[in-house]
Amino acid sequence: MLSLGSGGGRSTKPSFVSYVTPEDMKIKEKEEGLKRSKHPDLLPGEVVFCSANHVLKYTLEDASQRGVYGTLLCTNFKIAFISDETSSQETAPPFKNKLLRQNDIPLTCVDHIYGVNDEKKKLIIGCQVKSKYPSKLIIQCKDLRVFHFSLIYAKEEEAKKIFQGIVHHSLEPKSLKCVFAFSYCETASPSKASRKRSRTLMFETKEDWSVELDRTKGKCKVSSANEDYVISETLPQFFVVPFAVSDDDILRFHGKGIPFWCWSHHSGCALFKMACLPAIQEDGISQKYMHRMLDAVTQDQLYPVKVEDLSSCLPALQDLQLSYNKFKQLFLIDSTTEFWVSDMKWFSSLENSGWLEIIRQCLMKAVEIVDCLESAHTSVLIVEESCSDLCCVLSSLVQIMLDPYYRTRSGFQSLVQKEWVAGGHSFLDRCNHLYQKEKEVPAPVFLLFLECVWQLFQQHAPAFQFSETYLTVLSDSIHIPLFSTFLFNSQHHRDTAMKPGHPEAQRSPLNFPSVWDWSLQFDSKAQSLFTNPLYVEKPIQDKTLRKTAHQKHQRQLSLPNTLSKPSPRKGFFKEETDNLKKIFLGKRVGKWLNPTDSSKELYESWQRKPLDYQGLLLPYLDGPAIRVWIQRYLRWVPEAQIFGGGSIATVNRVLELAGEIQNLQKEVERRSCRMDSSIAWTPVYSGPPLCSRLSSFPFTAMHASSFRPAIPSSIRQSLGSVSSLADKEDDDSQVSGVL
Amino acid sequence: MEKSASSDSLGSKPSSSRQPSVDSLSSSSTSRSDRSNHTKPDPSSDSVSTSTNFSPELRVLRDANKLAQLEEPRLLPKESIQDMAKDVTYVCPFIGDIRGTLTVTNYRLFFKCMDKDPAFVLDIPLGVISRIEKIGGASSRGEVSYGLVCKDIRNLRFAHKQEGDARRSIFENLMKFAFPVSNNLQIFAFEYGQIFPGNGWKVYDPIAEYKRQGLLNESWRVTKINDHYELCDTYPAVLVVPVNIPDEELKKVAAFRAKGRIPVLSWIHPESQATVTRCSQPMVGVNGKRCKEDEKYLQAVMDANAQSHKLFIFDARPSVNAVANKTKGGGFESEDAYQNAELVFLDIHNIHVMRESLRKLKEVVYPNIEESRWLSNLESTHWLEHIKLILAGALRIADKVESGKTSVVVHCSDGWDRTAQLTSLAMLMLDSYYRTIQGFQVLIEKEWLSFGHRFQLRIGHGDKNHTDADRSPVFLQFIDCVWQMTRQFPAAFEFNEYFLITILDHLYSCLFGTFLCNSEQQRVKEELPKKTVSLWSYINSQLQEFTNPLYVNYSNHVLFPVVSMRHLELWVGYYIRWNPRMRPQEPVHQRYKELLAKRAELQKKVEELQREVTSRSASSSSERAGSPARSITPIQTFV
Repeated sequence: MLSLGSGGGRSTKPSFVSYVTPEDMKIKEKEEGLKRSKHPDLLPGEVVFCSANHVLKYTLEDASQRGVYGTLLCTNFKIAFISDETSSQETAPPFKNKLLRQNDIPLTCVDHIYGVNDEKKKLIIGCQVKSKYPSKLIIQCKDLRVFHFSLIYAKEEEAKKIFQGIVHHSLEPKSLKCVFAFSYCETASPSKASRKRSRTLMFETKEDWSVELDRTKGKCKVSSANEDYVISETLPQFFVVPFAVSDDDILRFHGKGIPFWCWSHHSGCALFKMACLPAIQEDGISQKYMHRMLDAVTQDQLYPVKVEDLSSCLPALQDLQLSYNKFKQLFLIDSTTEFWVSDMKWFSSLENSGWLEIIRQCLMKAVEIVDCLESAHTSVLIVEESCSDLCCVLSSLVQIMLDPYYRTRSGFQSLVQKEWVAGGHSFLDRCNHLYQKEKEVPAPVFLLFLECVWQLFQQHAPAFQFSETYLTVLSDSIHIPLFSTFLFNSQHHRDTAMKPGHPEAQRSPLNFPSVWDWSLQFDSKAQSLFTNPLYVEKPIQDKTLRKTAHQKHQRQLSLPNTLSKPSPRKGFFKEETDNLKKIFLGKRVGKWLNPTDSSKELYESWQRKPLDYQGLLLPYLDGPAIRVWIQRYLRWVPEAQIFGGGSIATVNRVLELAGEIQNLQKEVERRSCRMDSSIAWTPVYSGPPLCSRLSSFPFTAMHASSFRPAIPSSIRQSLGSVSSLADKEDDDSQVSGVL
Repeated sequence: MEKSASSDSLGSKPSSSRQPSVDSLSSSSTSRSDRSNHTKPDPSSDSVSTSTNFSPELRVLRDANKLAQLEEPRLLPKESIQDMAKDVTYVCPFIGDIRGTLTVTNYRLFFKCMDKDPAFVLDIPLGVISRIEKIGGASSRGEVSYGLVCKDIRNLRFAHKQEGDARRSIFENLMKFAFPVSNNLQIFAFEYGQIFPGNGWKVYDPIAEYKRQGLLNESWRVTKINDHYELCDTYPAVLVVPVNIPDEELKKVAAFRAKGRIPVLSWIHPESQATVTRCSQPMVGVNGKRCKEDEKYLQAVMDANAQSHKLFIFDARPSVNAVANKTKGGGFESEDAYQNAELVFLDIHNIHVMRESLRKLKEVVYPNIEESRWLSNLESTHWLEHIKLILAGALRIADKVESGKTSVVVHCSDGWDRTAQLTSLAMLMLDSYYRTIQGFQVLIEKEWLSFGHRFQLRIGHGDKNHTDADRSPVFLQFIDCVWQMTRQFPAAFEFNEYFLITILDHLYSCLFGTFLCNSEQQRVKEELPKKTVSLWSYINSQLQEFTNPLYVNYSNHVLFPVVSMRHLELWVGYYIRWNPRMRPQEPVHQRYKELLAKRAELQKKVEELQREVTSRSASSSSERAGSPARSITPIQTFV
C-alpha cells in the first residue's frame, strides 16, 4: 500500500518521521505507540495535521445509531477514518484505489459539511467556526459519498481540533501551493517509468498536433506563434489554425477571434472554435478582421461555414451549477426514511433539477453540428466568450459522435487533452479546488461532458472501448488534488506553477502526474474493469473497405458540394455573412435552424442503415432515452443496491464469456503450433459468482449474509387525485351482480 | 431487442421459412433490423391466398391490379380475405399520410403501401382493436376517416375517398370481425388450425407441478372436492389444502370466503416449508362475522410450517377499501379471531384506478412525447407508482417467506386480480424455476389461468363494449413487473423481452386459445385445448427467438428487486414501441450472441485440433504398441 506501484525506483520504506512537520510532532509523541499500528498509509509528502480517537462512524445501512469506532485524521491530502476493527474494515473492496482507501476523503472532494447538535442539522461554513464543535459531523463528498461521524465519545480537546482542522483545510480558501500535489511531487521521486508514453497524445508539443492533423487529413497549420506564451497566457503554446491566419492576426487580439481548428471531417470541412472578441465598437477594423477570419475558415471558399454561438442557445454556467446542485442533492441521502420519502416525487424532482434537460440540450446541439459536418459538409465554428467551457463540451461530443477513434480509451484521453487541457478549460476555477468563492464561477462543465458521454455509452455500449466504470472513476479523479490534468486553468498556469519556487534553486521543474497515469491509482487487475467487454473493435482486415471510403472521400473533395449538389444550405455563406458579422459585433442572432427539423433527416438516414459501431453515432434524445447515470449517482446508496443484479451483471457475463473466448483462442494457438501436445485442456473459470454481487460493483462491497431487501418504509402514496375511482368497490360489477 | 416487437410475425413463422417481409407490425416498428425487411416482396404470398373465395368485385380488383397480390397479407390457415380497398390513406402520426391498400381478413387488418421503399406495412390482429369510430364528416378533400383505438397503446386513423360503398363495407367488416362476440361470430382462435410440434396445452400439469415443489407431504394434500367445480367455479379442479382439514370443513370455509375461493397453497419453500397461500376476502361484514372452520384452517396453514409461530396475511388492498368492503359483506381477518396472524395492507389500488392510469399513460406516450415535461408527465400517470406498489407487495411476501421463514396468506377482494399479481411475482422471486421459459408458462397457467383471473372480462376479447368497467390492465401490470425484474437481473431470466412482448401481443390477438375465457371451468366447457391452439405451442416451437443469451441459472437464488422509483423505468420497448424515434433496446444481446457464436466456433476449432492431435499421435505411436489414444477433452458447452 505504501508503494505507489508505478513509482518504479521509489523507496517503499515506511519512514514516517520524514513526513512529519515539527508542528505535528506533539501529537505524534503522545500516541506514537498506538498510532503506529493504525496509522494511515501516508503518501509521500503527506502530513497529518490532527487526529481524534474514539470517533464513531455510523454505518448507514441501518438508520440505527450503530457504527464503528476508530480514529479520524486530517492530513494535507485527505480526511481519513481508520477503524479500530481492523479485520472487517480491511476486507479489500473489489476495486482498490492505491491513493485512497474506503474511508478516505480527499480534502478537495469535500462538498459540504454539516454539524448536528440536538438533532439540528446546520451547514458549516468555513471561517466561521467557533470553539464549539458539533456532536455529529456529516460530510458530503463531491463523489456523492456521505459520511456520518459522531464526536461525542472522543476527547474534547481532540474533537475540537479535528473539527477545526477538517473545516479549516477543506472549507476555507487556500492558495494553489497548498494543494497536495505540490508536497507530493516535491517528496516523491518523479515516476518516469509510468510515463512510458501511453498512446495518449498530450498536445503539449507541435508533433502531437501534427499527428492529429495528419490523422484527420486536416488542411490547416500548426502555429507556434504563442511559443513561450508570448502572445497569450490562456492559449497553449501550440495550436492549429487555418492557413490564412497569420501570426499577426493571432497577435492582434491576443488570440481572441481566432478560429482554432478542432477536427477535420473526411469530406474536408472542419470543426473550429473561437473566443469572442473583446467588446468592440462598430469600427471597420474589427469588422474587417472578422471577415478575414471567416474567410480563413472557409479555406478559400471551398466550404461554407456555419457559426454556432453557444451563449445564445445553451444555459449559462451559473445555471449549470445551480441545476447540478439540485440534481446532486437527490442522491445525498441521510437516512432510509429520507430515501423512501424522496422516492415518491422522484421523477418530478429529477425534472425540476433540470440537469437531464441540460444534458439533452448539449447532445442536441452536438447533433446539429454533426449534421452540418456530416450531411451538409459545412464547416462549423463554435463561438463562446472564452471558448473554453461549453465550447469544449460541444467540440468533444461532436468528435466522439463522428470519429470512432475518440471512443477508444487512448483516443478519448487524447481528446480530453486536446479540447480541455490544451484548450484551456479552467479546471481549477470550475472545480473550485481552492475554495475561493467570489473569484470565479464554479461549474461542473467537465462533469457535464462526462454525463453526455455516458448517455452515448448507455445507448450504444458496443461503440466504446472504455467502460462505464472508467467514466465514473474519471469523474471521481477530478477531485483528487494530485493530477496536473485537473489542477490548473491553462497550460501556462501549470507551467509557471510547476516551476521551482526560486529561480536560483537547482531543481528541475515539478512533474505532476497526469490522471491518465492510471497505475498511480489502480493496479492492472482493477484497470481491467476500464475496458468494455462489449466493444466491437475495428475490423482489422478492412484495407479494401478503406480504399473505397478513401475514393469516395476524394471525389467529394474534388467536387465540392457547393458546385455539384445543390444542397439546401448552398450559398449559405454569402447570404449570411452579414448576419455572421453581427454575432461578433455583440448582437446575438437566434437559432439558425430549428433543431428538431434540422437533424430529422440525418436521423432518418442514419436509422435506415444498420448501426455501425465504428461509424457515426447519434444519441437518442427523447425523454425516455436520457437516463440517470445510476452507477455514479446511486453506488453509495445502500437502499438502491440490487443484490446480484444491475447492469454490472450483464457486464460480468460478457467479461466471463470474453475470458473464455480469449482462453480458447490461446488454446487454438497453442495447439496449432505444438501439434504434438496432447495435454488435456481445462477451461478456466474464475471470479466470484455473479449472484453474490451488488449492482454497485466494483464500488461497494457487501456480504451476501448481510443483505436484506429494502422494503419501502412508507407505502402510503400520493394518489390523492384519483378521486372517486379509488373508493369505488373493486370489481364492483361483479359484487353487485352477486349480492 | 433482436426481433421486431411483432405479434404478427406468426403468419410466416410456423412454416419455418422465416420470410421476414410481412412479419413486422409497421415500418414504425422499433426494430432496426426490421426496417430493411420490408424491401423484399413476399415470394410466397400468391401461393397462400389461392384458397380464398373472392367476391366478384374483389376479383376485378385483383385482376385489374397485378400488384394486388403483393399488397395482400400472407394468410394463416383458415384466414380469409373479407374486404379490400385501394387508395386508403393511413394517417401516420409519425411520418404523415401514407396511401396504400387496406385488407381486412377474419383475423387481421393489413395495410400496405408499395410506393415507399421499403414498402410500408401495417399488420394488426383485429383482436387488439378495442374501439372503432368514424371521425367527423367529409373533410375538405372529400374524404371520410375512421379511427381505431387499440389495446396495445396506439391509435390508428384511416381516410377514404368518399365513394360510398367501399368505405362502408370496410367499416362494417371491421366492426364485424373485430368484435365477433358482439356479432355472434366465433373468435378466430377457434378456426386457426396451425399444427405445432408440441402441444402447449400440456405444459402445465398441476400434480406434476406440486410434486416439483416437493409436495405432497405430511402437511398438505390434494383434494378432489372441486373436481367438477362445485366448491368454487372459478378455481381449478386440483387444489392443495392442509392435511387435517377434511372436505366437509372446506365447504364451510368456502361459504365464508368470497366466491367460495378458499385459501389454497400456491407455493411451498423447499427447505423451510413456509408457504404462499391464496384466497379471497373473508365475508366478515359489518357485524364482524366469524367462522370457526376458517380460523382453524389458517391455523393449520401456520402449523404446517414448523419454523414459525406466526402467519402473515397480506391484504393487497388499501386499508380504506378493505374497511369499505365490510358494508358489502366482505372485509378482512381481525387479529382477534385469528391468533398469531398479522395482517398487512399492501395499498394496491383497484382495477378502475389501474385502467385510468393506463389511459393517462397512453396519452403521455402516444403518439408524441412532450420532451421537456416527460418525467413529470410520467409521474402524473402514477403508472410506475402502481408497478412499484405491486412489486413492493410481492417483495414483502417473498421476504417474509424467505428471510422470515413464515407462511403467508395473500388475498384482495376476490383473489383473482391483485392476488394473482402478488403470488405470481413472489413466486418468481423465490423460485428460479419460474424464471425459465417453461417455468414461466407454468406460472401463468397456474396462478393466472387456473386460478381464474378473468381474462375474457378484463381484456374484452371480441367484445365491442369498450367502456366495460370490468376491463383492466391487471395482467399487463404483471408482465410489466416481470420486465422490471428482468431489467434489474439481466442474467436471471431464461426469456428475453421479446418473449414478454409476444405474450402481451397474443393476450389481445385472439389467435390462440390460451387467454380466452374466465376460468378453468369455462375452458373445459368450451373445449379450448381441443379446439384452439395454445400460445405455448407456438412459442415452444422456436425457443431460440425467446431466449435470453445472458441467462445463467443460479438455482436457489432468491431475487429481491429494488422497488424504488430510482430503478423503475417505463417499458419503452412495449409502451412506446410504435414511435420510430425510440431506440431499440438491448443492442447488448446482439453483441452477446456474436460472442457466443465466436466461442462456439473456437470450441469447435479446439476440438478439431484435439482430434487431429489424437489421430496423429495414434498413427505416430503405432510402434508404441498398446498406448491408447487420449480421449477428446470434454469441452464446456453450456450456453
